[in-house]
Amino acid sequence: MLLIPCPWCGPRDEPEFVFGGEPAVRPIPASEVSDETCATYLYARSNEKGFHRELWCHSGGCGQWFLLERDTLTHVIHRSLKPGEPA
Amino acid sequence: MSRLPTGGRIDRAAPVPFTWDGRALSGFAGDTLASALLANGIRVIGRSFKYHRPRGLYGAGVEEPNAIVDLAWGDRHDPNARATLVDLLPGMAARGINAWPNVRHDAHGLIDLAHAFLPSGFYYKTFKSPSWQRWEPMIRRMAGLGTLRPTADTRHFDTRHAQVDVLVIGGGAAGLAAARAAAASGLSVMLADDRPHWGGLLGWHDGTIADRPAADWIADTVAGLGAATLLPRTTAFGYYDHNTVGLLERRATAASGWAEERLWSVRAREIILATGAIERPLVFPQNDRPGVMSTDAVLHYLRVHAVLPGSRIVVATNNDTAIAAALALQAAGAEVIIADARAPGPALRQAADHGIRIHPASVPVGTGGRHGLRWVDIAPRANLAARERIPADLLAVSGGWSPAVHLFSQSGGKLRWDDAEAAFLPGEPRPHQHLAGAVAGDAALAEALAAGHRAGTQAAAALGRSVALPAPRAEPAAPATPIAPLWFVPLKNTRQWIDLQNDVTLDDVALAARENYASVEHLKRYTTLGMANDQGKTSNINGLAALAAFTGRAIPDVGTTTFRPPFVPISLGAMAGLRHGKLYAPVKHLPAHDDHLAAGADMREYGGWLRPACYLRPGETPAAAIQREATAARASLGLFDGSSLGKIEVQGRDAAAFLNLLFYNEVANLKPGRLRYCLILKETGIVYDDGVVARLADDRYLLSPSSSHTAGVLALLEAWHQTEYPHMDVAFHDVTAAWATFAVCGLNARALLTALGTDIDLADAALPHMGLAHGTLAGHPIRIARVSFTGERSYEISIPASRGAALWRHLLDLGQSDAATPYGIETLSVLRAEKGYILIGTDTDGMTLPADLGMPGPLRAKKVDFVGKRSLLAPDALRPDRRQFVGLLPDDPAYIPPPGTHAIETADGARRSLGWITSACHSPALGRSIALGMIEAGRARIGETVQLFHLGHITTARLTAPCHLDPEGDRLNG
Amino acid sequence: MHDTPMRYSAFQLFKQGLAGHTGWGKAWRSPEPQPAYDAVIVGGGGHGLAAAYYLARNHGLKRVALLEKGWIGGGNTGRNTTIVRSNYFFPESAAIYDFALRLYEGLSQDLDYNIMLSQRGMIMLAHTEHDMETMARSVNAMQINGIDVELLDAAQVRDEVPLLNFGPDARYEIHGGFTQRRAGVARHDAVAWGYARAASALGVDIIQGCEVTGFEIADNRVHAVQTTRGRIAAGVVGLAAAGHSGVLAGMAGFKLPIQSYALQAMVSEPIKPVLDTVVMSTATGMYVSQSDKGELVFGAGLDLYPSYAQRGNLPVERDVVAGMLEMFPSFRRLKLLRAWAGLVDVCWDYSPIIGPTPIDGLFINCGWGTGGFKAIPAGGWMLAYLLATGEHHPISAPFDLSRFTTGRLIDEAAGAGIAH
Repeated sequence: MLLIPCPWCGPRDEPEFVFGGEPAVRPIPASEVSDETCATYLYARSNEKGFHRELWCHSGGCGQWFLLERDTLTHVIHRSLKPGEPA
Repeated sequence: MSRLPTGGRIDRAAPVPFTWDGRALSGFAGDTLASALLANGIRVIGRSFKYHRPRGLYGAGVEEPNAIVDLAWGDRHDPNARATLVDLLPGMAARGINAWPNVRHDAHGLIDLAHAFLPSGFYYKTFKSPSWQRWEPMIRRMAGLGTLRPTADTRHFDTRHAQVDVLVIGGGAAGLAAARAAAASGLSVMLADDRPHWGGLLGWHDGTIADRPAADWIADTVAGLGAATLLPRTTAFGYYDHNTVGLLERRATAASGWAEERLWSVRAREIILATGAIERPLVFPQNDRPGVMSTDAVLHYLRVHAVLPGSRIVVATNNDTAIAAALALQAAGAEVIIADARAPGPALRQAADHGIRIHPASVPVGTGGRHGLRWVDIAPRANLAARERIPADLLAVSGGWSPAVHLFSQSGGKLRWDDAEAAFLPGEPRPHQHLAGAVAGDAALAEALAAGHRAGTQAAAALGRSVALPAPRAEPAAPATPIAPLWFVPLKNTRQWIDLQNDVTLDDVALAARENYASVEHLKRYTTLGMANDQGKTSNINGLAALAAFTGRAIPDVGTTTFRPPFVPISLGAMAGLRHGKLYAPVKHLPAHDDHLAAGADMREYGGWLRPACYLRPGETPAAAIQREATAARASLGLFDGSSLGKIEVQGRDAAAFLNLLFYNEVANLKPGRLRYCLILKETGIVYDDGVVARLADDRYLLSPSSSHTAGVLALLEAWHQTEYPHMDVAFHDVTAAWATFAVCGLNARALLTALGTDIDLADAALPHMGLAHGTLAGHPIRIARVSFTGERSYEISIPASRGAALWRHLLDLGQSDAATPYGIETLSVLRAEKGYILIGTDTDGMTLPADLGMPGPLRAKKVDFVGKRSLLAPDALRPDRRQFVGLLPDDPAYIPPPGTHAIETADGARRSLGWITSACHSPALGRSIALGMIEAGRARIGETVQLFHLGHITTARLTAPCHLDPEGDRLNG
Repeated sequence: MHDTPMRYSAFQLFKQGLAGHTGWGKAWRSPEPQPAYDAVIVGGGGHGLAAAYYLARNHGLKRVALLEKGWIGGGNTGRNTTIVRSNYFFPESAAIYDFALRLYEGLSQDLDYNIMLSQRGMIMLAHTEHDMETMARSVNAMQINGIDVELLDAAQVRDEVPLLNFGPDARYEIHGGFTQRRAGVARHDAVAWGYARAASALGVDIIQGCEVTGFEIADNRVHAVQTTRGRIAAGVVGLAAAGHSGVLAGMAGFKLPIQSYALQAMVSEPIKPVLDTVVMSTATGMYVSQSDKGELVFGAGLDLYPSYAQRGNLPVERDVVAGMLEMFPSFRRLKLLRAWAGLVDVCWDYSPIIGPTPIDGLFINCGWGTGGFKAIPAGGWMLAYLLATGEHHPISAPFDLSRFTTGRLIDEAAGAGIAH
């Protein structure tokens, strides 16, 4: 099972975590957002086969959200980043 | 077949009685069920799956394809036990399966007469008329092996988790050498082998290590492993991500009530695969007869169990390893003949020198004998018609060895075909993985030891440790004559088996090739080759090699099917472990749980909590109790345990601004001490939860999400804060379990709270409806909120949970004179339905938007870009015919439409759903049935009558506003 | 013109048996790819093969190629738990899934290949009164939409499936459930092979070992596909690649509301018949049936992180087993024989995506997630219709990609009472 490096707790087992989707920035203000932009933000996924940037939450541990760079084909984990940490 | 008087790892002083098909037999401690059956001369152990041909024991371990039996012992039952993996214990009752009346005389064996018309995939070409289902029951009865007993196995299955530096899988020469080296470096080591004794093949092959008998070296090495975790009888079955391995341990004994099987989930920093190799059968005409066995298995039974399974033994081989076994069999007293497919090499000539009759460049071309082998036909490869019939009671075959690359392949390793070895060998090891021994092509003892030592040293080095131990030495073996691949015998009109259990023959492979099921995966699925209990351990390579021949491709171009866990069949009970019954998913109890039980509460599970649905008086039905409680709550005084309701404290300079972003309703302008009923949405605009938001101070709020959504709301808050608004100064804390909360409602609610004697001013001016106050009660901090879910004057009092049960009892006591009535959640559901208040998840679902519930205001008024705002402006959110929350009054006041009833319209004879009823009950206040529901354009249709449909039954109802009682809300201040 | 394949029948089986089965022809041809086709379908699973067949049969297209990067039926079609049913909530869903089920009912005759359809029913269990209410809502919706479902009480469920956990220690009481009698199972490989054989006989070129590596797009129109076996010009292109839909969409420059996950499935060792219907539980999320070979075939939820690895991990595997044993305690005695995973394209609203893409001439059928097998005939029929006419069939129109922009989702999870 995956061994996920929580940036605060270190490497922990898969069942302690929850996958939280692909990172995206909220388009605002609502009055200036088109239907297409809204739909893309809500539903579109890059869903890469290979290198993938994704949000995870250490819900069974420290409860913190972080960014994970992981390969979706090999499951190799490259690194994890705290929110706001420069890429 | 006979048990030799001496030798073997059995205890002749400890006989073990058991039964086979009801017959009383005996073995010895140290026997497996298979060796005991063999020693007792049982030749026919089962029947093949399709043709019901007699099957005898073939192998000695996990590769065994035939010896599947029904095994009962004490309270244990295994409908498909593999006899080679069962340690014989007193009282075991084994039976043959999939045969009638028994495996020796199976009536279904007549099917074999029709075999010509039942090739692989025959059922795809027929059984279409009139339909498959006409034929299916008959086919299903013929299929399946063992018979399940309907009672549950009540034993507990243990699970262990471990982290270790080095995991060595395989305790043969290579594995032991690897573990020895790794342990010497000081690292933590775990060593697993699926047999009860260490040493692997050295348990029955001769070997000298460091000038001593191998057995001595093995014992010393194991003893010298010190703190290593030793797991004999343990099969590594799955290699998962990031060096996680699943193992199944079959303990020799377990505590009473516990199963022997124990699952291990192990993560290792370095893994060493020393999984050995599995001997392949030869494929030749009539090779499925009982009495045809793996040569290495025969040697195993001889040396480990002192069973000589034949007195006149033909050894048919294409490689040298079987020749050494032939010599051992002769030394044990059998007459041995060797048919070697190759030209004579040194090993064969040496056998001849020992007086063994040899047939070089020859292969078996047939066998005979009912219920077991009586003769073998041998012919020279150059002239297959020149058959010589040799009387024999055992034919030991060896077609070569296939490295056990299953785990390597599961880990993502790529295989490469080695022509010289006629085997698939592992390619590059995966990260943090090492290979050693026969699995990597180093089967000879000296090479295996060296490779094992090297692997252990490399594993240690990868973890920054050095190994100061020298490698164990053994004499290099004499060079072996290369194997001559012999995938099948090129004789037409013969039946040559490849998969013994599923009855897949060479002709089936030819048919698959002919019909263009040419991919190795198509071959497997079309013929079912490799899909039986043995998972193709003795058939996969032979099958794909035949496919290669029939499709004119090289073996590596055909490739193997994907290897997947489990390596051997694994107990489902062990996989689930302790996760069943109450331990499957925890359920939460209220602080006053015991008091509710004592009061006759009908407890049911709601959103993970065990809560009173209602309180039953002696002889009362729940329906009657609910009506009684609801009446009392309105008429006088009702008490409700709301402790499961969520409580999330939100604190920080930006608490107001943050919550204003999260909630649909305006919360930033709430004054301290005031409450507001709010919705929280998903970014898609869908209503996720509702609840009351209380402002405690400028920088402090208390949220009350519904019981089932508390964790979800907290997760939402944290997610938004951490991923989108990390710059906002706000923190959250779930205090649900820290507080007990009770609702006190009815005309006498204020009187009861006054009688409690808190220091809180309960005058309406000080504590108006939707207000909150803090204080103390007998020295304990309390909060009282004036909020109502019933429509009556109502207060919610919260006290630290440790005082909850005491407060509940005290309230009941104090309220006796006003006939205080505890009411449950089903009663609350009736009371709130009368008022048209929604229940999240009952009146709403994953599609409901705020405007559907009649709450359009904040979308227009609120300036902030709250979560979900833009979605509420999407075209579908603005559709006028969306389903809307309304009330319904059935035309028949005595008819309560079941929740789930739809409203329909009929046009051109076709029905269309307009929506559905979400809540319905008998209203004690109104004395008639009421309902709530989501109906298309409902609000515009108030006053209209609609048809209702429930499982074909049609009634009618009038649409109304959701609130059926006291729409002005006067009773709140009553 | 291609030879009509020999008809499959008991008589033919007998005749060939006498001749040692040497007379059977290829189930499908393996031709070299031509430089151009009228229609190219990418993805040789059930949906792609069915689309190819219906293109040839319903629309008479002669030059059709089906490109499959591996071997046909090797993706989800060969890995699912073989359940067929049409008990869905919304009228749009009922229409498409029941269309598929009706096609399944005649498919063995249609394709001249026994797909082993066993309409043994499927029971969905209810574990609380709330479950029963939600089910009543679903059952009524289905009955109104003409789907054959019945609500069952606990006694009726117990009658049909006595091995279910009605014991005092059951974590989840069984209050009842609902069943669709026409639901059941079919042999997944046979569906793929049957469609392949029939399509090949009608002239479709099935090209295996051919991976699409890019699209040639000019003026926003697709003209050809680039493959590992060369360039193939195409009048229209249909994508039916399930979990790889996002990869193909990426090559064509657009995104889909889909995330690809591993869905594990398992079989036990074979035993004599003990389970005569399909059973699903909302509490544990598990579904189980017994194959005609005697194996219990079961599964439950996803490994919940995106993956193209087609393998899952041990914690979820154990969860799936625990969930099934909670419903069937007597199965604790049995052993797991095989475990594997598919690559499912889960769509936001758990409904498929069928229709045009932002590129002219490029159409897509995907997003079936964990439920694609039951819809194969309909998915194929609809994609073929789009490729042949350029227009939606009325049944596929609601599933157009544009629904995500309007917000008119067909949220079957919400319909089933599952909160997002």
